[in-house]
Amino acid sequence: MDIILKGGHVVDPANNVDSGSDVLIKGDKIAQVGKNIKANGAKTIDCKGKLVFPGLIDMHTHLRQPGREDEETVLTGSRAALKGGFTSLLCMANTSPVIDNKGVVEYIRVEASRAGLINVYPAAAVTKGLEGKELTEIGQIAEAGAKALSDDGKPIMNAEILRRALEYAKMFGLLIISHCEDTNLSRNGVMNEGFISTKLGLKGIPRASETVMVMRDIELAGLTGGKLHIAHISAKESVEAVREAKKRGIGVTCETCPHYFTLTEEAVLGFNTKAKVNPPLKTKEDVASVKKGLSDGTIDAISTDHAPHSVEEKDVEFDFAASGMIGLEFALSLANTELINNKILDWSGLVKKMSVNPAKILSLHGKGSLAAGSDADITVFDPSAEWIVDEKRIESKSKNTPLAGRKMVGAVLVTIVGGKIKYENGKFN
Amino acid sequence: MKLREKAKVMDAGQIESAIVRIAHEIIENNKSVEGLAIVGIRTRGALLADRLAGKMGAIVDREIPVGALDITLYRDDLTDVAEQPVVHKTEIDFDIHDKVIILVDDVLYTGRTIRCALDALIDFGRPKSIQLAVLVDRGHRELPIRADYAGKNIPTSQKETVQVKMKEADGEDGVIVAEMEE
Amino acid sequence: MAAKWARKDLLGLETLSADEIGLILETADSFKEISQRPIKKVPTLRGQTIVLFFFEPSTRTRTSFELAAKRMSADIVNIQTSASSLTKGETLRDTARNIEAMKVNIIIMRHSSSGAPQLLAESVSPSIINAGDGSHEHPTQGLLDIFTIKEHKKKIAGLNVSIIGDIAHSRVARSNIWGLTKLGANVTVCGPATLMPPEIEKLGVKVTYDIKEAIEGADVINMLRIQLERQGQSLFPSIREYAMKFGLDADKMKYAKKDVLIMHPGPINRGVEITPEIADGPYSVILEQVTNGIAVRMAVLYLVSGVKERIE
Repeated sequence: MDIILKGGHVVDPANNVDSGSDVLIKGDKIAQVGKNIKANGAKTIDCKGKLVFPGLIDMHTHLRQPGREDEETVLTGSRAALKGGFTSLLCMANTSPVIDNKGVVEYIRVEASRAGLINVYPAAAVTKGLEGKELTEIGQIAEAGAKALSDDGKPIMNAEILRRALEYAKMFGLLIISHCEDTNLSRNGVMNEGFISTKLGLKGIPRASETVMVMRDIELAGLTGGKLHIAHISAKESVEAVREAKKRGIGVTCETCPHYFTLTEEAVLGFNTKAKVNPPLKTKEDVASVKKGLSDGTIDAISTDHAPHSVEEKDVEFDFAASGMIGLEFALSLANTELINNKILDWSGLVKKMSVNPAKILSLHGKGSLAAGSDADITVFDPSAEWIVDEKRIESKSKNTPLAGRKMVGAVLVTIVGGKIKYENGKFN
Repeated sequence: MKLREKAKVMDAGQIESAIVRIAHEIIENNKSVEGLAIVGIRTRGALLADRLAGKMGAIVDREIPVGALDITLYRDDLTDVAEQPVVHKTEIDFDIHDKVIILVDDVLYTGRTIRCALDALIDFGRPKSIQLAVLVDRGHRELPIRADYAGKNIPTSQKETVQVKMKEADGEDGVIVAEMEE
Repeated sequence: MAAKWARKDLLGLETLSADEIGLILETADSFKEISQRPIKKVPTLRGQTIVLFFFEPSTRTRTSFELAAKRMSADIVNIQTSASSLTKGETLRDTARNIEAMKVNIIIMRHSSSGAPQLLAESVSPSIINAGDGSHEHPTQGLLDIFTIKEHKKKIAGLNVSIIGDIAHSRVARSNIWGLTKLGANVTVCGPATLMPPEIEKLGVKVTYDIKEAIEGADVINMLRIQLERQGQSLFPSIREYAMKFGLDADKMKYAKKDVLIMHPGPINRGVEITPEIADGPYSVILEQVTNGIAVRMAVLYLVSGVKERIE
């Protein structure tokens, strides 16, 4: 059955559309975007006063399957994604077993189609077992359908290994996503190094731990001409390093996450393990710098780094608590509050960061655009709906977020994946 | 809860003469002040003890050892009171072993304070005997305790309270019977 | 005394007001005499159960708390374990809930992780007394240090107090800084740059890397213990160089005021942070600190045991 989205404000930066339009879907593709489209017999969704844009794409999700299905699964993560307006995501390789061979890549793809809700693309490890020592069988992994390579959660400390990975992956057009952290500098650290860590007596991670690796990786991208994407940028100096690299013409892209433009290290006060994340939350100055990087185009994408953790992993001593927070269900609302309402980005700019650019960086054809013939992945968003984050109403299997009780502005009303309404007003189909 | 003053039952002069009388009684009763020491219960019992020691010293022309005892840590009602009472210092600078101790308090009522004081005193050693001197005995005992020396017996009801005021703590001397108002 | 005590727990000095600190010090002053009696025991905490929950080895602090509890007639249980063995199975919170279920009144806790006592305080009804958590706070040590200073100097406000050594990893330094600055002292911290935590001056202290500067004009010098293991972590080149640059010896004492107090939280690395002649010398009040520790801990036990509001 055809679907028509009537009377919404369509934001489709890939096609320079930012106006009141209807969207017609036929089968699993976009048929037409325009004013007053007539579509007899099509299911009509009234989008008056709402925003309609290409489905969001999260470049950085931890689904925990296989290994920690008690924390998240492909299915539960997909539901959280739909509620957050995401139609595609890239899931990270640090599962158990690690996604470091063709077999596990295929397993994820099978699980994704079994869940049948959204497009789940596996990232595979750069090195076997995420050990930073030996390259995985990148050629076979590419054939099996991995969309990127990443040892995320761990850096590749040996520059020689990353250099070879960039060169080798380039043959298959595969992107390498780098988790930038110098583990010699960050060892035993649990939060940003500064006044708050001094006050709490917690071991700090110096900001240089991230930045020296960003700078190193940029040089390796320059050396190899490989496709490098820097994950979860949080420090001012890292933003500046990427800005300089782009000026030099080095092929590097990068992302930040909503918590790095929303929260500061002060969220850790009171030893709040829910605010423990890696890289650690930083200062107001860093938040301002990340926002500037988003507005001037230095930062290409906003990803969630959705990192589900069980209560047992968080409800412990701060030193022993796992790092990470869930993010799929809050990312768009936080971006709405922090970036749109503060005029850091306009809607077209935000849709670029959350859909158009991720599609481009990951080479996902037919995504991130509402051009006729594109995949019918669409998000309908009400920018003024208000809601309160309530742990009981979180779709993700894990509830580890420091945002509980916080007022959110903007809610996803409808998420369409491949021409099918998968999420509508709180219900999944 | 408010207190309404009903009657002033002793003035400064009457307190003074009660202390003098008790001083004489103690000396008479014990035949001598040899091996005798005075310990007052904080706050007003300790003040009374100082005055009593002064009177007795003047009578026999020698210094009578005097100490102050804080019984807070021995109270049997700590689990019932809303917050921890302030603990003051206990100052007994002499060995109480084998001494005759005159324990002094301002008002004798249920006897529980004296029970605490006896426990506390015995933690300092084994006195030869302990005698009790109070300024006011208002009755209503809950324990088998009696005063050896009392300045004045004042029959009261349990709704009433007896307040001893002393210059050192309250700016004036006097004993007042007051009634609790709802 | 205007202050009232209404806190279930004692987690640190950061959160206490100057009045609350004053109340603990005055209460401790009243308790000091008990340890001088022939019978060193009062019945105040009779029937109360106190668990000493130590995740880090400690002789001094544990003994001091144990004596404080025993002199108040509490029943005590010692649990000594290591933080790492706990993480393998039962969580800290589970362990604490089990202890709570045994109807314990007070848990005295030492832990290698900053914030661990707060984690417990938020979830169980017994009072939690922090006996040192990671590099965060060691409130009773801070209190006994301040108590000892006050005994000698009769005041805290306006005194110049220098804390010298490994400031970065020191919970003793932090508790002293919070307490002393609240009471109006001028605090200077001194140590190698590698052992100075970032932005510590925001706590209202002066920072110097020159021990001479820290000694000159100080009314009190508090020497911190240097963990000898730190030598291997490139935090300073050698124990010898540390002792030469930051150890207190007769030579450096030439810069000190004539009535300076020398303190040390113990245990002392003799000849490293302080030479024996200084540790045992006329300016040293190190053993008085130990004596006062019991009175301060008795005062803390007394005050928290009276708080009636509990987590259900």
